[in-house]
Amino acid sequence: MKRRILMLLAVLVFQYAQSVAAEEIIMTRSTLPFPEAMLALQESIREHGYTVSRVQRIDVGLTGMGYKTDKYRIVFAGKIDEIREMTRRSPQLAAYLPPKISIFAENGHTVLVSMNPEIFAEIAGDAVDPVIFDRWSSDLRSIFHDVNTAN
Amino acid sequence: MHLFAFIFLLFLSGSVAAAPDGRGLYVAHCSACHGDTGRGGVGVPLALPAFLESVDDRFLARTIRLGRPGRVMPAFDKLSDAQIEAIVRYLRSWSDKPAPKYSMATIMGDARHGAELFAKYCKTCHGENGTGGKGTGVTYSRRRELPIIAPALNNSGFLAAAPDEMIRQTLQQGREGTPMGSFLVQGLTERDINDVVSYVRSFEQMEQREVTNEAQHEDKIISMKSGYSLEETVDNLKEAIVSQNFVLIRTDLLEHGLVKEGEEDPRQVVLHFCNFKFLFEALAVDPRVGMFLPCRVTVMETDDGVTVSTINPKYMSHLFNNAELDQFCNRMSEVYRAIMEDATL
Repeated sequence: MKRRILMLLAVLVFQYAQSVAAEEIIMTRSTLPFPEAMLALQESIREHGYTVSRVQRIDVGLTGMGYKTDKYRIVFAGKIDEIREMTRRSPQLAAYLPPKISIFAENGHTVLVSMNPEIFAEIAGDAVDPVIFDRWSSDLRSIFHDVNTAN
Repeated sequence: MHLFAFIFLLFLSGSVAAAPDGRGLYVAHCSACHGDTGRGGVGVPLALPAFLESVDDRFLARTIRLGRPGRVMPAFDKLSDAQIEAIVRYLRSWSDKPAPKYSMATIMGDARHGAELFAKYCKTCHGENGTGGKGTGVTYSRRRELPIIAPALNNSGFLAAAPDEMIRQTLQQGREGTPMGSFLVQGLTERDINDVVSYVRSFEQMEQREVTNEAQHEDKIISMKSGYSLEETVDNLKEAIVSQNFVLIRTDLLEHGLVKEGEEDPRQVVLHFCNFKFLFEALAVDPRVGMFLPCRVTVMETDDGVTVSTINPKYMSHLFNNAELDQFCNRMSEVYRAIMEDATL
């Protein structure tokens, strides 16, 4: 009896794990034009307790080369305590820090894309509690949801 | 035993009782690329009437399940059959015409003659051996030769999803709203079209260059120890970046912007650089490459000495499922290694 229950629970856990398996790229589309989406993004980042450390333009010279939009930015954001703790415990993670979000205009809409921070756990190994990357991932989805539903 | 039954019912109720929400699933998994109304973007325009009228539900379901290896569209192998069916139903809601039904029978034609016709009529858009047009989706962001990128007919995902009769129908009718015209109108006979279908089906026997999963086993970072001091390593990197035909954009501290100026850790330096021609070429292939950008190398001084590190684009290439982007990623990995070796050796 006990064994059967354990087996059933194992099946349930497996099913759950499959349903929440991590995507490696997190993407969303907002129907907002780029300036409004950018504003909503930065606002949501702050509301989630992160600091926008830099907004990097990627568009310089692009339209001259034939790209149809000049609205392409990279937004870097993080929490200083976490970034410090992470680079101390796992210096190799520095190459991916602070985490960033790409945001670009597409036909009047705005597309946001980011690497799933859960991938960082594989780099950090045992040095950093993976819970923090799960939270980053969850916050990222929540931020994208905010931009998606912003008016 | 009662507990067993209870847990079993709980499991069933969770997975069966709630019918999957097709629209919700579409918004969650598809709309970022295909647009919230299916007008396309990074992905192809699914709401195009001529598209929905010419593909059957099986084609849509298998395309979602298998994706297009190496052609951006990922395989949604975690979605259940019920969830995929719900997405297909939602896509169908964009059309008031019924879904076509195709036979799964093999169309017998002369593939050799089909190859000649393909070279004459199809190759310009669909590429040599059906490799497909360059780039992704439609042209909202990028200048393209065509308003929509021609699909890769030799792709294993396409071949597994499309029955012969669907390919024949598309060749006969064309696809309004795209450059794909009717080949009956262009003078081919029904027998000629069967020959082309047989040739397209013969792609299954050809060796295909698709994305493999090897890249995901690459190191996620490129890291090198420097025999120089932090300052010397930064100076060396600046020289190496320029020598690789990149422009140094700026040098700042990793914690810049996260703390007040002057409070950053001075032992963590980031150099940002760019080659605009290279950047443009990569963005034209896949607009999502911002995930790599800007090009940067981090220099850190710890008790163990000075280390230079960066992301490994070769590893990241597998995230995009875009074979065309792989060559850029490989090239960028080589550039990073060259810069870092120049600066640290």
